[in-house]
Amino acid sequence: MSPHDVRHHLAELSPQLDARISDHFEDVVIEVGSANLLQTASELLELGFDRLGMVTAVDTGDDFEMVYRVTSRSLSCSAFVKTRVGRIEPRVASLCPVWPAANWQEREVWDLFGIHFTGHPDMRRILLPEEWPGWPLRKDYDDPNVIRRPDYI
Amino acid sequence: MPLEVESRRTALSEDGRPIEELVLNVGPSHPSTHGVGRFVVHLDGDVIVKVDPMIGYLHRGIEKMAENRTYLQIVPLTDRLDYVGSMYANWAYCRTVERLAGIRVPERAEYLRVIVCELQRMASHMMGIGAAAADTGAFSMFIYAFDLRERIVELFEDLCGARLTYNYVRPGGVSYDAPDGWFDKVSAFIGTVDATLAEMDSLFFGNVITRGRLKGIGVLSAQDAVACGASGPVARGSGVNWDLRKHDPYSVYPRMEFDVVVGDKGDAYDRGRVKLFECYESAKIVDQCIAQMPGGHFKAEGLPRLIAPPAGDAYDHIESARGSLGVYLVSDGSPRPYRMKVRSPAFCNLSLAGMLAAGHTLPDLVVVLGSLDPVFGEIDR
Amino acid sequence: MAIVDNIGTALSGSGGSVILTSVDKLVDWSRGQSLWAFPMGTACCAMELIAASFNKFDFDRLGTFPRPDPRHTDVMILAGTITEKMKPAVKLLYDQMPEPKWVVAMGNCTVSGGIFYYDTYSVVRGADTFLPIDVYIAGCPPRPESLQDGIIQLRELVREESIAPGKRHERKTLLPRKGEGAGDAL
Repeated sequence: MSPHDVRHHLAELSPQLDARISDHFEDVVIEVGSANLLQTASELLELGFDRLGMVTAVDTGDDFEMVYRVTSRSLSCSAFVKTRVGRIEPRVASLCPVWPAANWQEREVWDLFGIHFTGHPDMRRILLPEEWPGWPLRKDYDDPNVIRRPDYI
Repeated sequence: MPLEVESRRTALSEDGRPIEELVLNVGPSHPSTHGVGRFVVHLDGDVIVKVDPMIGYLHRGIEKMAENRTYLQIVPLTDRLDYVGSMYANWAYCRTVERLAGIRVPERAEYLRVIVCELQRMASHMMGIGAAAADTGAFSMFIYAFDLRERIVELFEDLCGARLTYNYVRPGGVSYDAPDGWFDKVSAFIGTVDATLAEMDSLFFGNVITRGRLKGIGVLSAQDAVACGASGPVARGSGVNWDLRKHDPYSVYPRMEFDVVVGDKGDAYDRGRVKLFECYESAKIVDQCIAQMPGGHFKAEGLPRLIAPPAGDAYDHIESARGSLGVYLVSDGSPRPYRMKVRSPAFCNLSLAGMLAAGHTLPDLVVVLGSLDPVFGEIDR
Repeated sequence: MAIVDNIGTALSGSGGSVILTSVDKLVDWSRGQSLWAFPMGTACCAMELIAASFNKFDFDRLGTFPRPDPRHTDVMILAGTITEKMKPAVKLLYDQMPEPKWVVAMGNCTVSGGIFYYDTYSVVRGADTFLPIDVYIAGCPPRPESLQDGIIQLRELVREESIAPGKRHERKTLLPRKGEGAGDAL
């Protein structure tokens, strides 16, 4: 199914989803407010998006952008779900009740970005030790042990 | 950080019976953890109540390092992600860069990529099956499997000079064209593979001890496999017919004839056997690639040394030996990526370990882990 | 080796240096012929470590036999990146090995941090910041032949050992690294 078909299909079935096609690569992108994330996820699951491929975050400087990639095997198509979270005490709803696959991936985002997932069953650090200071993948992360690489390209 | 765990605690079983739970620490250095994974196992007598996988003992911060490297300098880092199958991470990363920067790849390069990746799939599955077999005590199977892997590694050495970290697939093509006579060597190798695989099948999977040890262990239902994000042989062993080469076709795979190997029971035996049978399919694909191999360039012409894609984000994925391996890149228009994320299939597959091992005995945990085929370079990144 | 230690103490105490030298040679020769290895494979190099042990390269012919239990082994082969999280476990395993013990650093990551020297926050830059290393093998990863050459080099070091107390590990010091304090001599 082409991205445009997917967009029409989504628009027919669930008008409030507001899917759009991204400029460069024609990906289907669904942008939602962080309050509606869980509801959107449940709707997508009902529409047949049964696989949660990737959960990640991007530090845009002003806030965090949560990026989810969901795939439907029956429609054989994929879509991005994106939502923005504020920088101060970032919190977003956990998608574990919808896709259990989110469990470890959300723990990883918590570990590296410090974004807390409300409703997550087991919110612990996963990759780094529990007592590690700071959130490494944030752009303002500063660790005195890091040796910066000389800029010689 | 503390390596000690609280070794005993009193709990109630599901039927209200008081049990004294023994907490056992397996790893991070343990002969059967396939790397540096650590598993805190809660036991009721011999039976596993709960497994808590602790990962991150090989977390090297590759995603952070990538933010300070140019697009070409990241390729060697991707080698070290999945060190059993370096070609995959190379390719997944390069596909995303090509998508982001709009680079067209010559057809010959695509064919070369498919050949090396299918050979790599065999090598990687041999490591997976062999290590899992060694865990169950079938050490001779490991030696047979490693022998086949070694022959593939020799082919790669002829091709690009490296035995393990190939750095072969680059944005825009591959680093070297195949040397003279390489395709003949590959054909000769492929000609012997079927007999070797059949021998292994009867040696290991036909063995009555293996059957007794692997069958019915760690049963994963198709529904759970999809919901928990499993992919690759782990999902296909449970009967989920999902292979990106077939269902989200990329590169020249639409021109290849091959079958997706699917198991039905979803136990450790099926997962292992799916891996073995995928090697037959890989051999078929390599044969077809060599027959169809076009001429022309092996690298995109006129590619700048410093790739600076336009601002935006892109995701692309390939079917690696362990499942769908994806790379998500965010560009801000500079020659370095703003953010790189690797969607690791082994990470998602390993998250099932606790669920699959519960209810079995401790030696079965080893079988479950072997069947999930974790590679910690990729899990921890 | 407790018996050998006692012999060494007794002999050196009675001024029997001639006998001691001959015993030294015998003990060192036999030690060097079968250095059992603890394969501390943490990352990519572990694959080459396995390859070195298997049929094509055949580590056994050098008398080096991988044992998963540190208490059975003479030499620890550090193969792969060591992270801050892994460091205590490696140290714990090293401490469990019986004396005399040697450490081989296989691959650039254990030598200096290698490709993970810059920009990363969780990698230990060189295993010699917390373990005494006897043989360094460069490469990312080194070929199995390099590893075997490293073991042959290690035999030379084993020959210098003496069973007399107080003579061991004089050369083993921890090296200082940028950003970390100078290590203490063991």
